[in-house]
Amino acid sequence: MALRGAIVVDTERCKGCGVCVVNCPTQTIALSKEVNSKGYNFLYMEKPENCTGCTNCATVCPDAVITVYRVKI
Amino acid sequence: MDIKDIIKPENKVYGKTPVLKDAVLHYCPGCSHGVVHKLIAEVIEEMGIQDKTIGISPVGCSVFAYNYLDIDWQQAAHGRAPALATATKRLMPDKYVFTYQGDGDLASIGTAEIMHACNRGENIVVIFINNAIYGMTGGQMAPTTLLGQVTATTPYGRQADLNGYPLKITELIAQLEGTCYVTRQSVQNPAAVRKTKKAIRKAFENSAMNKGTSFVEVVSTCNSGWKTTPVKANKWMEENMFPFYPLGDMKDR
Repeated sequence: MALRGAIVVDTERCKGCGVCVVNCPTQTIALSKEVNSKGYNFLYMEKPENCTGCTNCATVCPDAVITVYRVKI
Repeated sequence: MDIKDIIKPENKVYGKTPVLKDAVLHYCPGCSHGVVHKLIAEVIEEMGIQDKTIGISPVGCSVFAYNYLDIDWQQAAHGRAPALATATKRLMPDKYVFTYQGDGDLASIGTAEIMHACNRGENIVVIFINNAIYGMTGGQMAPTTLLGQVTATTPYGRQADLNGYPLKITELIAQLEGTCYVTRQSVQNPAAVRKTKKAIRKAFENSAMNKGTSFVEVVSTCNSGWKTTPVKANKWMEENMFPFYPLGDMKDR
C-alpha cells in the first residue's frame, strides 16, 4: 500500500522562509521563482509525484499556510 | 493519480486550526513565534477549551499575540504578565490562564514577577520564548544572550567581565517548590514541534488539576536579530544554543 499526498499553499500568506523545504523528506517542495504581492518567493510543489502527505512541512510552518491531503492507493 | 483527486475535503490530514485567526502574522519569515502560536491554538482546539482560555500577552514581538488566537486576551505591562495571570486565575479559577513571554520580558524586567508567581505555585501556564536577543527593539543583548554572541549592543560579542553571564532562568525556576512541570523544548524540526506540542498540552492539563505552575521554555530563533536566514538560524541554534540550554524535562511531578 502506497501513500500519495498533496499540499495546498496559501501563497499570499507564505513568507518564503524555506524552513519547510529543508524538512521535506522527499524533496517535493521548493520556493518558486515568482513572488506574491508582498514580494516573497512562495512555496510550491516542485515534484508533486514525490509527496506522501507526511505533514512535516505543515508542522514546521510558522505561518500555518500549508494544508495537507493524503490518500492510500 | 491526479492531484485533483487527492485534494478533496475527505482526504485532508492537516490544516490551519480555526482557533488561529486569518490575520497574517506580523512576525519575520521563519520566526519561531508563529509555530508556538499554532501549537497553542492546536492544543486549545484539541482540549476544547477555546471559551475557557485566557491568554496574557507580553511586551515584545509577541505583544500582538491577541490578534492571532481567537480566545480572550489581556495585555500586560512589560514583564508583568505573571502578576496579571495570578489575578485572572484567582478571580476565575475555572479558566485556563497562560502567559506568553519572551526572554526580555520574562528573564529581564519581569524576573521578580515570574519568580514569585512560580514560588507561590499559581495554577497558570507560562510559555517562555527564549531567542537570546531583544528582537522587537532591533537585536540588543538580552539576559539570555550567549557569551561571545554578537548583538547590536555587544558588537564584539558578549563578554562575561563586562556584560555578565547568560541567565539560565528555567533552571532557577525548576528549583522553586511551587512549580510542577518545568521543561525546555524547541521548534526547529517536525520531531521537536511534536514534542513541544505534547509539553504545552501537559502544561494546560496540569493547570486544570491545580498542581502548580507549569513552565514551558521554547528555545527559539530570531533570524532578523541574529542577521541570518531562517534555515541557518535553526542550524546556529542547534550548534550554539542547545549545548548551553539543553532540551528536556527539568521537573515533572
